[in-house]
Amino acid sequence: MPNGLDLAWPNEGVTRVPYQLYQREDVYAEERARIFMGATWNYLCLEAEIEKPGDWRSTHVGDVPVVVARDMDGSLGAFENRCAHRGALICHKPCGNSARVSCVYHGWTYDLKGNLTAVTFQRGVNGEGGMPKDFKLADHKRKALMVESYAGMVFGTFDAATPSLEDYLGPEICTRIKRVMRKPIKLLGYTSQILPSNWKLYAENVKDPYHASLLHLFFTTFRLNRLSAEGGIIINESGAHHVSYSKAATDKVNKDYDKADLRVKHDGFRLADPSIIQGRDEFGDGITLQILAVFPCFIVQQIQNSLCVRQLIPRGLGETELLWTYFGFQDDDAELAELRIKQANLVGPGGYISMEDGAVGSFVQRGIVGAGRDSEVVEMGGHEWKSQTTRATESPLRGFWKTYREHMQL
Amino acid sequence: MDEIGTQHAVERLLVRYVASIDENRLEDWPGFFTETCRYQIISAENHEAKYPIGVFFANSRAMLQDRVSALREANVYEAQRYRHIVSPSLVTENKDGIVATQTNYQVIRIMHDGATMLFSTGRYLDRIDLRGKEHLYQEKLVLMDSRRIDTLLALPI
Repeated sequence: MPNGLDLAWPNEGVTRVPYQLYQREDVYAEERARIFMGATWNYLCLEAEIEKPGDWRSTHVGDVPVVVARDMDGSLGAFENRCAHRGALICHKPCGNSARVSCVYHGWTYDLKGNLTAVTFQRGVNGEGGMPKDFKLADHKRKALMVESYAGMVFGTFDAATPSLEDYLGPEICTRIKRVMRKPIKLLGYTSQILPSNWKLYAENVKDPYHASLLHLFFTTFRLNRLSAEGGIIINESGAHHVSYSKAATDKVNKDYDKADLRVKHDGFRLADPSIIQGRDEFGDGITLQILAVFPCFIVQQIQNSLCVRQLIPRGLGETELLWTYFGFQDDDAELAELRIKQANLVGPGGYISMEDGAVGSFVQRGIVGAGRDSEVVEMGGHEWKSQTTRATESPLRGFWKTYREHMQL
Repeated sequence: MDEIGTQHAVERLLVRYVASIDENRLEDWPGFFTETCRYQIISAENHEAKYPIGVFFANSRAMLQDRVSALREANVYEAQRYRHIVSPSLVTENKDGIVATQTNYQVIRIMHDGATMLFSTGRYLDRIDLRGKEHLYQEKLVLMDSRRIDTLLALPI
């Protein structure tokens, strides 16, 4: 079905992105219908968060409220968190454990697959009132999502036509997910950040390896992640998802960096306590940084020994919640457990190398007021959206916009 | 030190501590801690669930100094100030001059353009060494009432 948006994509294709996409309520509404409720797999939670039968959590697909649960038989399911009666949230708490969940408003009750199992006073009180005789509980099942789990991460889709999760991710991305999610995890905490910008500005930020060592000078200064370190970009076949990785130990003195007009010099700044950056090569491949993004709103992060999944939850056109879920492994020894705590300083809302990301989307959101039909320029590294061995590229961004255009029919 | 003296010492340290942040004397901030120390900003929710990760963590004064260096030299954030409002402190334990205290705080954040918001509320759970001439924090746990942070957390609490 045509989208009905009065918005023409620039002739240059994915190297240009209209600023209106961050500014228009009608675009936001179409994104909900075509991307979040369309043929995409959306991260719901970690399996470790719904371990036992009866465990459920409130989560979101885009901004749509969803309940994800492990049913009493151990199977995973998810359904829209909206009572069939008057539309209230069925689960208003963040999580719980029960075989059934009830809406607090009038007590309508559902099983963990979203089937309506009971309506309070269905037969009335003292023979009076109650629902009409032809009212059938079965007619009011909640809209269920297809749910699949991969490497301990639970995803859902509203569209039954979405290909299987593994096909959606593709072999390159699956390999890189499995590289990190290789054994039973242990939850280590949550933080949340409210970004004063459209969700796509953070999604873009994650897919933009070009900015990493320019905006985040902490790493650049300590030569932890300069673009001159060995690394690269892997993009799946469709262009939707990507992995950016690097090996800090391979960085050499680089004249392009010394020529670039960065805000700080490279040699003037030393850590008084360098223990924070003395990580362990726990995956045995020398990769010190791997950022993996799954279209549209999910990120798996390994930065040294700091492991995290990030879920992006739009909260309106110009506001987005970024939820960080930190984890380690169940067999972490004491030294590794402490490293994860220390290196959490690198990431999150106050992270040495991530706090800027909270602000930069808002700089764009504020900067584009009055931009009219102008577009952003996405040409670093060429016009394609293919895997590359350099990180001086915006190739993953072009893959994001290619995918976005397909879903939005723009 | 008698009870009144202890109370006075705890609160004097506290108001000097928050003033160093509010008055943008961040370089003084690590000096309120013992050389080996523990400072963490973490949501009350994580703390209660015994999750060890929060927003800031340090277990040495040197790590606190690094936080200040990074804020001054490397990190990018819009110019802002804090105003701390703190409650009187409750001394919950006193073992030969090492005292445990808890104190409520509010932090109001004032941006360079004047935008002002209630940025964080919560409690300090502190362990203070009152034995020497200088009174110092051995441990300062900042338990935020909310895990949700507006935009970013740059300055310490």
